[in-house]
Amino acid sequence: MEFVKSADVVVIGGGIVGTAVLRELSKYDLKCVLVEKEPDVALGTTKANSAILHAGFDAPTGSLKAITNVRGNRLYHELEKELDLDIKWTGSLVAATTDEEMQTLQELMQRGRANGVEGLQILTHEEVVEQEPNLTTVKGALWAPSAGVCWPFGAAIAFAQCAVQNGAEVIRDCKVLGFIKEEGRITGVETTKGVIAAKYVVNAAGIYADEIAKLAGDDSFTITPRKGEYILFDKTACSSLVYGVVFPTPTKKSKGILVCTTTHGNTFIGPNANEQESKEDHAVTTGGMNEIIASARKLIPNLPMGAAITEFAGLRAVSSTGDFIIGPCDAVPGLYNAAGMQSPGLTAAPAVGELIANEIARVSGAAKKADFKAALPKKKSFVRMTASEQAEKIAENHLYGRVICRCETVTEGEIVEAINSPVGARTVDGVKRRTRAGMGRCQGGFCGPRVTQILARELNIPIPDVLKERADSNMFYEKYPVDGGEE
Amino acid sequence: MSQLYDVIIVGGGPAGLSAAYSAWQNGAKKIIVIERDRELGGILQQCIHNGFGLHHFKEELTGPGYAHRCIELIKDKPEIETLVDTMVLDVQSNKTVIAVNPEKGLLKLEGKTVILTMGCRERTRGAIRIPGERPAGVFTAGAAQRMVNMEGYLPGHKIVILGSGDIGLIMARRMSLEGCKVQACLEICPFSNGLTRNIVQCLNDYNIPLYLSHTIVAIHGEERVTGITVAKVDDHMTPIPGTEFDIECDTVLLSVGLIPENELSRGLDLAMNPLTNGPVVDQHRETSLDGFFAAGNVVHVHDLVDFVSEEAEIAGKYAALKAQGKLAADNRTVTVKAVDGVRTCVPQQLTLPAAIPADEKIKLFMRVAAPHRKVKLVVKSGENTLLSKPLPVAKPSEMIAVEIPAAKFNQIGDEVTVGLVL
Amino acid sequence: MAVETRVMNCIMCPMGCELTVTIENGAVTNVTGNTCPRGAKYANDEVTAPKRMLTSTVAIEGGALPLLPVVSANVLPKERILDCARYLRGVKLHAPVKTGDVVVENILGLGVNIVASRDMELHQ
Repeated sequence: MEFVKSADVVVIGGGIVGTAVLRELSKYDLKCVLVEKEPDVALGTTKANSAILHAGFDAPTGSLKAITNVRGNRLYHELEKELDLDIKWTGSLVAATTDEEMQTLQELMQRGRANGVEGLQILTHEEVVEQEPNLTTVKGALWAPSAGVCWPFGAAIAFAQCAVQNGAEVIRDCKVLGFIKEEGRITGVETTKGVIAAKYVVNAAGIYADEIAKLAGDDSFTITPRKGEYILFDKTACSSLVYGVVFPTPTKKSKGILVCTTTHGNTFIGPNANEQESKEDHAVTTGGMNEIIASARKLIPNLPMGAAITEFAGLRAVSSTGDFIIGPCDAVPGLYNAAGMQSPGLTAAPAVGELIANEIARVSGAAKKADFKAALPKKKSFVRMTASEQAEKIAENHLYGRVICRCETVTEGEIVEAINSPVGARTVDGVKRRTRAGMGRCQGGFCGPRVTQILARELNIPIPDVLKERADSNMFYEKYPVDGGEE
Repeated sequence: MSQLYDVIIVGGGPAGLSAAYSAWQNGAKKIIVIERDRELGGILQQCIHNGFGLHHFKEELTGPGYAHRCIELIKDKPEIETLVDTMVLDVQSNKTVIAVNPEKGLLKLEGKTVILTMGCRERTRGAIRIPGERPAGVFTAGAAQRMVNMEGYLPGHKIVILGSGDIGLIMARRMSLEGCKVQACLEICPFSNGLTRNIVQCLNDYNIPLYLSHTIVAIHGEERVTGITVAKVDDHMTPIPGTEFDIECDTVLLSVGLIPENELSRGLDLAMNPLTNGPVVDQHRETSLDGFFAAGNVVHVHDLVDFVSEEAEIAGKYAALKAQGKLAADNRTVTVKAVDGVRTCVPQQLTLPAAIPADEKIKLFMRVAAPHRKVKLVVKSGENTLLSKPLPVAKPSEMIAVEIPAAKFNQIGDEVTVGLVL
Repeated sequence: MAVETRVMNCIMCPMGCELTVTIENGAVTNVTGNTCPRGAKYANDEVTAPKRMLTSTVAIEGGALPLLPVVSANVLPKERILDCARYLRGVKLHAPVKTGDVVVENILGLGVNIVASRDMELHQ
């Protein structure tokens, strides 16, 4: 068998977990390749979730979820500066509306303390309203100061970029078809782009992690997709909603539908939680939207529904084991799972990366690189620059003087940079996740066509070849010739 | 760079251009128009169809033709500067305007007056919460129009239009002329929100079915749109179970309303009207903040560009007079209220001196709440009828304009009401 | 004698006057509801030989934009509109072009010119 590539480790899946694993691995003397089946990283669960960096009081004490959550939260506090991540340490509130729920808060606080969460505190109604004036119906709340919100795609892209600057490779549009084994041990990964020889394989395939494991010979778990729907509001609506992260008091079934800010001051409500068979159905439903609106109204009676700017749904990977599945697979030597990464998977990702990388380093005997470059270049968005920084930037590159996305004030310079950076944007939505162009109130109405034109120019491809997101999601087509047409 | 302008105009569409010309005619000596697109003319440049200008230029023009006329009027006038490819980042209450462009970098302009003419934007899929997948192929009609008419690409081949506003109807014809198949136009209201002429010549001429009281209940397709599910809606615009049917298409164009683009106005904390989504203005189109004027679609969405120009000329005139210190000191404010079947009326207030000069122009632009036939529009102040105009047809989609005659100025009390008599 | 009354909306301008048209033996004998003479003419044409204006674009090289918007200088027979639009998809011009320049003379022999509806200067 001829290998097109040879690596020590192949990571399957370019979500927050796969990229975090890749970054941790790139600290070692290991040749690492990440393969992602989609045209971009961060396209699965990472692109449609609550973006919360949880404090860590939810999961049962001693579970992998609890351990990696608390550790991951601490790591984000360090990574924020190193990788210039977009994080707002807002803290979080769990709001109680009845005496019974106030009792539950006590249990949550005890569990949180046992999990190692610091600073937990029960607030009175008055203290809550001081922080969140619209929570008028709330009796009290559990305050967790270490929680925050992040820009999850930005985090995954930064992890990938950091890994790439330390020698790792990210291959997109590359789907895993099978595994090559010798005497039961994995020696290679067969993909749509050829075979990659590998000593170790990390399965971070999100909702498809069970299928990947099965392909390798591990059928010890299954993953059920759980759909969560969201409604996102314009920034102008936050004064009628919340400024931080507000959970309702959890029930046995779920953490409930929250009202929550984002790193850029939008507010969202959601998610609901409905298990489904399909791993491809991301449809937002009328019933789902009604459900989250009704639930959110219990916390905020007057929702500014006129200020909604978009709705979306994400699929979370719920494992049959009830906990994260992290570490070497007993049945298939060489295979490491990082699976079942539902909430708090985003928070846990850096800790999961550590666990897996440390384990692979241990068994392979790989040494730590002396010259690991932990920091990424700082890149302040134009809109957040001071006037003098803006003027300086435009003098350096005049494209920073052309605003392409009017709602979010994103310049052509930033878009071009996002396309030409390591693990750069290749699609319209890829530009959106790197720059916020199209994230605002007009949802790309103005800038979508312009971003398409910039992508075509920078990637040197015809406009009809520019994709919105996944393969075959073309934005525009050539005009019909004289003798063409639908009729 | 910092210079004092008589009038700074934010937006170089028909409103901004008309305001600039009028300010110049009324004696302003230093005027600047700031446009964010690559050329002046605004959205008119992509509206290649005709039907513009019959009132204002007494001639039927295309959108680019109308824009051309407006540009010609301000061209080669040393008093009027224009900046294109320039985005206004901030307008401060001291009338300092911060803008940016690739050539000149960050610009700081200071004005005696500012006219806001930012126009409007299209309501999106998110704002109306259409369920379903989020594939490529869902566009606002205007975004598709720009691509087809100015950039030379098609948004798709089999099209469904949601919303029967004028842009949607115009795009139905446009796509048909380009060889595309327009499968249907859906309208959630029991009546169309577009001009009748556009129903006739954009839908009927091309045998495109118009489904009134229908909406999309699901968009299908994971990568690109593959089809939609449509349902009939009840009187509360709620889909009726059991009425669903599918339409195959690869593109959904949304023409579901326009929203005045008031992010800069909000930054200024101008008093806003929740029904028009625009700033509250007086008959001079001056906003709640002294020296700030607003005109065109940023104040309220128009159906005719001719009225945009007319309104902008008012704003341009009074901004110019204000900059020259020629605008009479205000001494009383009269509220203009929309009542009895009239949904919105602009201006929302009048600023009048004790003796109203006979050349004061008090023109009211309004929209009715629901379609009517054979009604009377009555403008009153207390018991005095200032104006009564019979309307053979009144539709929410068509703006009504009337002018209070000078002879009635002495009958204006503290409040003016504008209503329909059935 | 066949007398028919047809209600139609005039499309000559955005007013959209509702016209009541009396037709006797295929000929228009009376039009009411119009607020200008164009309405009566429209009703007559619409009954006997419907006509429409055409606006579209043609490809242009050397300008700042790849397309030039064009308009028919006069109304065209309604049933030939699609043919004319298809013909225009095959036309390619070179900048510069001025508003009003004839882009296609006597399109499809229908006696109507297609003219540019904006300027397109030569772009470097």
